[in-house]
Amino acid sequence: MKTLEEIHIIRENKRRELDLRVNTKADTREKHILVCHGTGCTSSKSPEILENFRRILKEKNIKNVRVIKTGCFGLCAKGPIVIIRPEDTFYAMVTPEDCEEIIDTHIVKGEIVERLLCKDIDGKKVKALDELNFYKKQKRIALKNCGVINPEDIDEYIAFNGYKALEKVLKEMTPEEVVDVVSKSGLRGRGGAGFPTGKKWELTKSAKGEQKYVVCNADEGDPGAFMDRSILEGDPHTVLEAMTIAGFTIGANKGYIYVRAEYPIAVKRLDIAIKQARDYGLLGKNIFDSGFDFDIEIRLGAGAFVCGEETALLESIEGKRGQPRVKPPYPANAGLWGKPTLINNVETYANITQIILNGFEWYSSIGTEKSKGTKVFALGGNVNNIGLVEVPMGTTLREIVYDIGGGIPNGRDFKAAQTGGPSGGCIPKEHLDTPIDYESLKEIGSMMGSGGLIVMDDTKCMVSLAKFYLEFTVSESCGKCTPCRIGTKRMLEILERLCNGEGEESDIYRLETLAKNIQKASICGLGQSAPNPVISTLNYFREEFKEHAIDKACRTAECKALAKIGIDEEKCKGCGLCQKHCPVNAIIGEGRDKRRIDQSLCIKCGTCIATCPFHAIV
Amino acid sequence: MEENIVTLTIDGETVKAKKGTTILQAAKQAGIDIPTLCFLKDINEVGDCRMCIVEVEGRRGFATSCIQTVEEGMVVHTHTPNVLEARRTVLDLIISNHAKDCLTCTRSGNCELQTLATKFNVLHVEYPGEMTKHKIDDKSPALVRDFNKCILCRRCVATCKNVQGIGAIDCINRGFESCISTVGDHSLNDVNCTFCGQCIEACPTGALHEKETIKEAWAKLKDPDTYVIAQTAPSIRVALGEEFGMEIGTNVEGKMVTALKRLGFNKVFDTNTGADFTIMEEANEFVERFKKVNELPMMTSCCPGWVRYIEENYPELLPHLSSCKSPHQMFGALIKSYYAKKENIDPNKIYVISIMPCVAKKFEAIRPEMQTQGLYDVDNVITTRELSRMIKQANIEFTKLEDSKFDVPMGEATGAAAIFGTTGGVMEAALRTAQDILTGEDLEKIEFKAVRGGKGIKKATVNIAGKEIKVVAASGLKNARTILEEIKSGKADYQFVEIMACPGGCIMGGGQPIKSAKTRSEVDVRKLRANALYSIDEKSTIRKSHENPILQKIYKDYLGKPGGELAHKLLHTHYEKREKYNFET
Repeated sequence: MKTLEEIHIIRENKRRELDLRVNTKADTREKHILVCHGTGCTSSKSPEILENFRRILKEKNIKNVRVIKTGCFGLCAKGPIVIIRPEDTFYAMVTPEDCEEIIDTHIVKGEIVERLLCKDIDGKKVKALDELNFYKKQKRIALKNCGVINPEDIDEYIAFNGYKALEKVLKEMTPEEVVDVVSKSGLRGRGGAGFPTGKKWELTKSAKGEQKYVVCNADEGDPGAFMDRSILEGDPHTVLEAMTIAGFTIGANKGYIYVRAEYPIAVKRLDIAIKQARDYGLLGKNIFDSGFDFDIEIRLGAGAFVCGEETALLESIEGKRGQPRVKPPYPANAGLWGKPTLINNVETYANITQIILNGFEWYSSIGTEKSKGTKVFALGGNVNNIGLVEVPMGTTLREIVYDIGGGIPNGRDFKAAQTGGPSGGCIPKEHLDTPIDYESLKEIGSMMGSGGLIVMDDTKCMVSLAKFYLEFTVSESCGKCTPCRIGTKRMLEILERLCNGEGEESDIYRLETLAKNIQKASICGLGQSAPNPVISTLNYFREEFKEHAIDKACRTAECKALAKIGIDEEKCKGCGLCQKHCPVNAIIGEGRDKRRIDQSLCIKCGTCIATCPFHAIV
Repeated sequence: MEENIVTLTIDGETVKAKKGTTILQAAKQAGIDIPTLCFLKDINEVGDCRMCIVEVEGRRGFATSCIQTVEEGMVVHTHTPNVLEARRTVLDLIISNHAKDCLTCTRSGNCELQTLATKFNVLHVEYPGEMTKHKIDDKSPALVRDFNKCILCRRCVATCKNVQGIGAIDCINRGFESCISTVGDHSLNDVNCTFCGQCIEACPTGALHEKETIKEAWAKLKDPDTYVIAQTAPSIRVALGEEFGMEIGTNVEGKMVTALKRLGFNKVFDTNTGADFTIMEEANEFVERFKKVNELPMMTSCCPGWVRYIEENYPELLPHLSSCKSPHQMFGALIKSYYAKKENIDPNKIYVISIMPCVAKKFEAIRPEMQTQGLYDVDNVITTRELSRMIKQANIEFTKLEDSKFDVPMGEATGAAAIFGTTGGVMEAALRTAQDILTGEDLEKIEFKAVRGGKGIKKATVNIAGKEIKVVAASGLKNARTILEEIKSGKADYQFVEIMACPGGCIMGGGQPIKSAKTRSEVDVRKLRANALYSIDEKSTIRKSHENPILQKIYKDYLGKPGGELAHKLLHTHYEKREKYNFET
């Protein structure tokens, strides 16, 4: 147990000690080697890197250097990432074998290890994190502490104003005032639907009931999305603190974090964080001597996508089969065990402490008219800088894909981006300049979703894309309601037929009828949004569907059964590279001849398309 | 305006409904029917199938009318083109994964899915595709599961779990692969199923049905060397007519007997006579136990689903179970002993077919202890539904039949026996006899109305011969559990307990005509059938089992004393602890 005064002292001392983490001019002789311990870097041996650094430092008897494990830095494509503070030198794709050189050259001699510097898209080597284009347009609120602090050390969290918001709420604010601040900040649910957070808090606060609950939805299930995981891995206390504030506000003294078992690192760090918070009296009885009690328990999910749907999540916490409930009643009135329950997603909670500390005016000054603050995206697919980015609402897709993401690899063209994962839709080239916020994404047939952002280049078939997402929803449907259970399966079968050249024009009509009615008749968000990828691809790429259905053709090489690969004589320079790579010798021509494809031999593997430097093969 | 009344508009009609009423109920009150499939009033109100969706102005998406409740000023549209298109799509999807062998399905003509398909004029399969394939489970002697016909409405699951408190079945797997199954996907025969058959009554399609044994019946009827005797349970006669379009609760005893004779049975007897024997034995057993206080409470044993339940779940309470066989088993034993001897027929050539409202009786009849001198008391049990099929197969125009009487001497029964078919009936019949035995008088007070009615648990204290007797009649196994827990924990000191596995008793048994969810929500089927039984009782000249002259004659000429040696040999049985789960893990 720590008194408020003791917490203040920890904050002051530790903050001074950790100044070098955020200040390149920090007045210190110490150096901190930060080693990313997010899931991505961990699987690329970052724990071994950390151990090597520590061992070598000890062997060489080097003092004043500390090796720290941190959460995710964001640029996962360049991992494992090592950063040396205070000078903020950014080393990319470090291997355990590089440690000795980093210590000898950088730490001992004070020289940069040039070969380990990260190359930006323009080819320039950058020394510091902030110099990277990837970071320039970002604004980090939810990810504020990720990559800065050691997530397993509560003191480091406290150093950077941790638990200060809780102190402010418990000592200076009424629940009504908290609701007011959260409402006026304009924060909306980051789980995808964008329901105003303040309103949700207000509804749960005013719901009748002695026993209420606070739940954190950490069942992040969109393929390719890892925003919530990174927050939990990099800054678990911010979620605990926000949940405690929520508990005080709505009148609950019990919280549950529902996190998937597939996130073992996040679970472990949450577990450590909860224990440390309890030790300090930041969870438990009479927090800060305020008379307010609050505690948090972790509940592990078994990895069903549907359990990210709030009512299915509640069923699962209650120990039942994860299936949604019909709404209304909403959880705010009848949630966990029928009691009023506040459910927010991890990223939503991760904004709360900053809003309390900096005020709603500050927060609402960021973003667009109806979408305030920032949004974290897991940027993936055909884009150079794969990783985690946090941008102000209203940033355009073009900025994210080209400025932050560094554009499309191999000089290919942007075709579309998918936001909202399997529940979202695709955004075509003509909408690249759409500012990303809840409303405008909805307008163009997609949705914010939880933050998956997958970029696709012009080699991607949009019918296959729709099929890919339907495969996901079919296997993740819980089976409770008819439209989702059977309807998504039938949609998938139609898409499979189209991709195999067995479709017909009426299949497009069938797809549309199914999509429309599944959307309207399903019980929960999973079913209601499952047809979105089909609807949006049909909307923007209808021609491709027609080609598949009528002409039995796929303009990319993706649908093997349909692909007709040909060489554009105008573009072919006769370099022969395609011929060299063709696994079945289906390419004819010699010397500087323009090449041709023997269709009887071609297996449509697409290797030639990928290897042609002149984009002459389509 | 009353506080708990809300006014809303449904299809342009102004409707007043109590707060908490669902849109579906409110519409029904206003005479507007909304189609449903998974909905089963008071049992399964989950909104899974999506047939009952309606549009509510100002609300995003559709409302689920079977769950969502009315609100002041709500404007509901039940059949806009959008709603109809969505319902049609849902129906098309269900049909796309449903075995479409209606011609060879036991529920053809009485299938809720078929009814909807007809309403929507579904003429082809709009979304053909892969279908889930399931093995047919026909291992149990009582029921068959053919989940190729299952539409995942989960009415059976809710019935088993919420009404019966068993939970033998639930949903396994996910998404398209979801299906209803048992623990470890084992046969119903090998898990905690009691064979009550309530799931069959709940099923809208042919996914659950009785194990049909009509073929065997026809074979015996054809065989000139076999003496085929039919006996009909009390509650058959008040339900069989429904299968021929007659009103619920019509007593068709006379037509039923005529039909059975036309089918070629050598003799048609009345299980009610057997029921009188059961009362005679049970009332005597009760009086004996009553003298030795520590053997109380005594629990009735005529319901085989209940017997299987207590054997599996409360073996420690088995000593409280009456040792009496159930009426048709007693009757079968008497037919093959007393009657065979009297008529000089070789009992080996007698084939007794019991026509029962029950599928668990199919299991009861083959219990090894239900044999006398190597012969089973009863050779075949067919349900009310199966009998109706035999009558239809023989092309007998049931509704036009003249009445006839049961054959003598085993066709005479009392009013007490008639009410066996309803919850509280066995108790009432037994009390009529017990009070006469205990007082030695012929008492006039014979109606024990406290144990009548549709409540799941009916407790009463009756005064007999100056003694207070605490009795309870429970129907539905969840209610049975409540009573058993009371007894186990010592919270209750009942002396006489009547339990029937099916809610409402045998008239609502798992072998009775299946009523659609719509009928069940509009009509109190139990009450109508029960009233028909009470009416038989009222009209009977003899209303106490021990006054049945046939019974008196058989005791005098053959059996000796009730509870005597021969009576015990023929009419009593024993029970044993039964494992709930019979499979290797």
